[in-house]
Amino acid sequence: MSVLVYTESEQGKFKKTAFEAASYAKALANQLETHVTAVSINANSADTLGTYGVDKVLTVADTTLDTFNAKSYAEVIQQAAEKENAKVIILSSTANSKFLAPLLAVGWNAGYASNVVGVPESLSPFKVKRSAFTNKAFELTQINTDLKIIGISNNSFGLMETNSSVSSESFSPHLSERQIEVASIDKVTDKVTIADADIVVSGGRGLKGPENWGMIEELAEVLGAATACSKPVSDLGWRPHSEHVGQTGKPVASNLYIAIGISGAIQHLAGINASKVKVVINTDPEAPFFKAADYGVVGDAFEVVPALIEKLKAFKAQQ
Amino acid sequence: MKILVCISHVPDTTSKINFTDNNTKFDTNGVQFVINPNDEFGLTRAMWFKEKQGAHITVVNVGLQDTESTLRKALAIGADAAIRVNTTATDGYSVARQIAKVVEDGGFDLVIAGRESIDYNGGMVPGMIAALTQMNFVNKCIGLEIHDQNVKAIREIDGGKETLATTLPLVVGGQKGLVEERDLRIPNMRGIMMARQKPLTVVDPIDTEPQTTSVSFEKPAPKGAVKLVAPDNLDALIDLLHNEAKVI
Ligand SMILES: Cc1cc2nc3c(=O)[nH]c(=O)nc-3n(C[C@H](O)[C@H](O)[C@H](O)COP(=O)(O)OP(=O)(O)OC[C@H]3O[C@@H](n4cnc5c(N)ncnc54)[C@H](O)[C@@H]3O)c2cc1C
Ligand SMILES: Nc1ncnc2c1ncn2[C@@H]1O[C@H](COP(=O)(O)O)[C@@H](O)[C@H]1O
Repeated sequence: MSVLVYTESEQGKFKKTAFEAASYAKALANQLETHVTAVSINANSADTLGTYGVDKVLTVADTTLDTFNAKSYAEVIQQAAEKENAKVIILSSTANSKFLAPLLAVGWNAGYASNVVGVPESLSPFKVKRSAFTNKAFELTQINTDLKIIGISNNSFGLMETNSSVSSESFSPHLSERQIEVASIDKVTDKVTIADADIVVSGGRGLKGPENWGMIEELAEVLGAATACSKPVSDLGWRPHSEHVGQTGKPVASNLYIAIGISGAIQHLAGINASKVKVVINTDPEAPFFKAADYGVVGDAFEVVPALIEKLKAFKAQQ
Repeated sequence: MKILVCISHVPDTTSKINFTDNNTKFDTNGVQFVINPNDEFGLTRAMWFKEKQGAHITVVNVGLQDTESTLRKALAIGADAAIRVNTTATDGYSVARQIAKVVEDGGFDLVIAGRESIDYNGGMVPGMIAALTQMNFVNKCIGLEIHDQNVKAIREIDGGKETLATTLPLVVGGQKGLVEERDLRIPNMRGIMMARQKPLTVVDPIDTEPQTTSVSFEKPAPKGAVKLVAPDNLDALIDLLHNEAKVI
């Protein structure tokens, strides 16, 4: 019996979410008094996983898996779990992990809890806390099945270094024929994505028009942040849909969320509430965002943001 | 083409979320229920297929009688028929089992569900339906074209999008992008009148055990007061973010 974690990588490099999932798997394995096995697909340097408590890595090297395929990846993970006699599988909340999780749950006949925010509150019965109602509440969920899948919410557990000495073993699963082929991938590679970002800089209708996003992008660049926006901004076509965050857009669970010219409507706040620290910059002291934020500046974004960029540059230069 | 659109009946996005019965039940008091926003995009895309290429649209909900108003709304928007599986929706797996049965009985070519519901946020029903019925599956679908059996689907990935080639039968987890916000339809008077004539069939559930159970709920801890920094004192903000919050 062990805990299996799927450690996701991209172009051979582990994603930060993989390290978080491994850290969580280690904490759970400690509770269960067992060890952690990771399964990685076409990733380099499996030993870096030892830093986050992984004891053993099953490494899959197969060029047909270079592009993601949910069904094939679910098969790989299920076969790894069967080989290791795992009872629990840990996944992250990336688009790909959320895509394959329900397929894996049915294939492996396991109960699946998504958006989990902490280690189990009890092991028998097995209860975990997850976010629900788009971050407006938490739900304590009991998984009734013998086999379990836990999808952890980004940035909810954090990274924990434990240093295990890790062994690795190559693993060749049997894959069934693919029914879905990737025709093309259109991806911005030089920008931090909202899903991966520690810091997100977000702009709302208060910025008046798309021509004013230069300062938002510059602020994001200084902070190494991703850019995001409120729903009307993407509906108006000022910014791409992929930047729309909130209850009906992308969820944000960053360490720092900076909202500029965003009023703080309930649907906006629901989607970004899981962020640890929130800063608001708004001319209107009555804007509801001030009730949800940790830090606020009542002021005009067109003055505050350029000044903040200069001060941050000076601050970064000193670091 | 026979399309099944899964409709989840959820609290309106403006709803304040509260719980009753010792925090074990969602408090529906004063709450307006709506079609789950992701499902609205899916339904509108189904209407597009119906109007441009010819399709028959059935909407389905797993729930008790109180969800019928939501199904009627979907009929008023333009679906041809509705099915309600008469049981309380417990976990995502049980809902998927019920819908998989409807899919098998109805011989659907395309099943459109939402990427996630805004209440339970499981994000699991569409994928589970696909796995249970052995249909192809595309999640976070933001573009869908179908010619004969051939499907071109676009899905959102972290940091971009991916175009996929596959075939029917297919299940998609849909969201905004399947159609644009401005294309969403509000039922008009004629639609509402016509919906009354359309079939809403109530079917009995199959036996299935929930794999997960909701034990209790809690609301996030209330937030402390915001710390305000004057716009001419931004060094103080940087200091707070660096030394107090430790996020930069
Ligand atoms: C079903 C449904 C789902 C929704 N889902 C979402 C969602 O997922 N995400 C989302 O964001 N919204 C969502 N909304 C919309 C939401 O209700 C609000 O309309 C939206 O969030 C408002 O966007 P905003 O704050 O950018 O614009 P506004 O509400 O117009 O606010 C602009 C703010 O900018 C401030 N401002 C103006 N000038 C300046 C300046 N010079 N400097 C600084 N501040 C300035 C103003 O004081 C104001 O507070 C949804 C709505 C519905 C009905
Ligand atoms: N009770 C239900 N009846 C019909 N469809 C549902 C139900 N619950 C969920 N769905 C569908 O599955 C999608 C994802 O839901 P969930 O897995 O709960 O996040 C929703 O957007 C609906 O399309």
